Amino acid sequence: MERKISTRDAYGKVLVELGRRYPELVVLDADLSKSTKTSEFAKHYPERFFEMGIAEQNMMGTAAGLALSGKIPCASTFAVFATGRAYDQIRNAIAYPGLNVKIIASHAGITVGEDGASHQSIEDISLMRTLPNMTVIVPADAVETAQAVTAAVEMRGPCYIRLGRPAVPVILGDDYHFQLGRAAVLREGKDAVVFAAGIMVHKALKAASVLEAEGLEVAVVNVSTIKPLDHGTIVKWAKKTRAVVTAEEHSIYGGLGSAVAEVLGEEYPVPVIRVGVKDRFGESGSPDELLTAFQLNTDSLVNAIKKALGRKK
Amino acid sequence: MTEAQEELIRDLEAKAKTIRKNIISMLAEAGSGHPGGSLSSVEIVTALYFSVLRLKPEEPLWQDRDRFVLSKGHAAPLLYAALAERGFFPVDELLTLRKLGSRLQGHPAWGMLPGVEASTGSLGQGLSIGLGMALAGRLDQRDYRVYVLLGDGESQEGQVWEAAMAAAHYRAGNLTAILDYNGLQIDGPIEEVMSPLPLPDKWRAFGWEVREVDGHNFRDLLTAFDWAQKVNDKPSMIIAHTIKGKGVSFMEGMVDWHGKAPDKKMAGQALEEIGAES
Ligand SMILES: Cc1ncc(C[n+]2csc(CCOP(=O)(O)OP(=O)(O)O)c2C)c(N)n1
Ligand SMILES: [Mg+2]
Repeated sequence: MERKISTRDAYGKVLVELGRRYPELVVLDADLSKSTKTSEFAKHYPERFFEMGIAEQNMMGTAAGLALSGKIPCASTFAVFATGRAYDQIRNAIAYPGLNVKIIASHAGITVGEDGASHQSIEDISLMRTLPNMTVIVPADAVETAQAVTAAVEMRGPCYIRLGRPAVPVILGDDYHFQLGRAAVLREGKDAVVFAAGIMVHKALKAASVLEAEGLEVAVVNVSTIKPLDHGTIVKWAKKTRAVVTAEEHSIYGGLGSAVAEVLGEEYPVPVIRVGVKDRFGESGSPDELLTAFQLNTDSLVNAIKKALGRKK
Repeated sequence: MTEAQEELIRDLEAKAKTIRKNIISMLAEAGSGHPGGSLSSVEIVTALYFSVLRLKPEEPLWQDRDRFVLSKGHAAPLLYAALAERGFFPVDELLTLRKLGSRLQGHPAWGMLPGVEASTGSLGQGLSIGLGMALAGRLDQRDYRVYVLLGDGESQEGQVWEAAMAAAHYRAGNLTAILDYNGLQIDGPIEEVMSPLPLPDKWRAFGWEVREVDGHNFRDLLTAFDWAQKVNDKPSMIIAHTIKGKGVSFMEGMVDWHGKAPDKKMAGQALEEIGAES
């Protein structure tokens, strides 16, 4: 049986551990601490937890002030409200001065499920990636989340980490070593490469197994740091294979797919097939139904890889 | 009170009961959603849809209709139950709530379902939208009124106060807000999470006419809506004291019932309680 843990649960847990190690760590939330799992930190360190109410803009501004005064603030809420509602506060009060604020948002993507489009963030990577100074990380599972959050707290400067709502398979072993700014090759292959992030890494690995049975060797690269992007690994694997596919639970505009296409466009022009949300809003439904409806399941990836291979020799 | 008024109130009470039951059935069928804040606003929304609002369900975009904006969009089951009961779409459709392909999205989505006046769900935005509708009504010399339902936790959003300031500035007398003062949000009681109190004083200070009512009492509510219709030089605010989860004993006043659906057994119990309530 696959072990399943949500990335937000992993966040809640590691935050308690980091709270012990870093006395300057403070946490803010906007009336969603039970959902983002910062409630765990609040239980252990009530004096270092700031409940900000349903007021995301003020939360980001306050985080900026805490950072200017030597604290390491982690501000959490749903991805759509963190990055959308408080965008200008993040841009002007946090990213511009390069402050040491960690924006760690949960409930990203369509796997929010039944709450529907208003709560399904499909543009947060794009919004955060375009800001100078901002580091952007999309962990693939619980193991990587724990390491990425730790790395974010230990680096200096603003950082956005994108987490999800549902329990997802743990795909990385305890020997996995997250390196900020480095993409991880999880599977090698000479025919095609899938650059994936978040929950799509697991699906890419499954698609690669399916295609192996058909005699195709598909490489899977986990691009968990979307910014700064690991150009070297991306160009290297585009060169090593005959076809490039990207996969993310995010709009095909502005996210990982765009980032990979930008790099390859300048450094090694090859066709890129982007699997992602195709310029539409989300909708209500169960996470699995939605992944199928939005063509973000293993089958769709298999098809995308085949299409990419058919397009290029 | 006249005989006719008493009959109206009896009718409203019966409607409220049907709407409460439908909310429970919808949530149980969907397996997710927000019962607490749907149930606390039942009387407010029932009074609006069955007595106050000037509407033509068969012509949902009738230009002179009164507008209702559910700013606390997570109470969508209540809005849908009221719209169906009022004849905007078939009651049967209620059980498609939150399912793939349904017009009944988890939070109200404009343009999908007749009667839904705005897309809400991201809290704090409905009053601004309502103000825009009110200003347009005045420009077009139409006499419709705009009603916006806010949550008390929701009133922590800065935008609510930006809208409050602007509505008073533009003397939007055709705009009425109702605040569901149930005292709870997700992380706990509003005063512990981030106190927005004192609410009446704040709204008055922002230039609004304010009234407080028992939000489960139709007499109180109807009197307050009558009063609001006569306030024409300023926006008006009705602060409705309510109980979150009202009508279902195990949900009343319980913060945990903000955002989870009852299972079939609990739903059965809830339906029984609502049915028995006189
Ligand atoms: C901008 C925004 N932030 C956070 C949320 C998540 N959320 C949904 S309901 C809710 C609590 C609302 O409390 P209140 O306004 O008191 O509603 P009620 O008690 O009437 O249900 C929160 C924080 C949201 N929908 N929108
Ligand atoms: Mg409330």
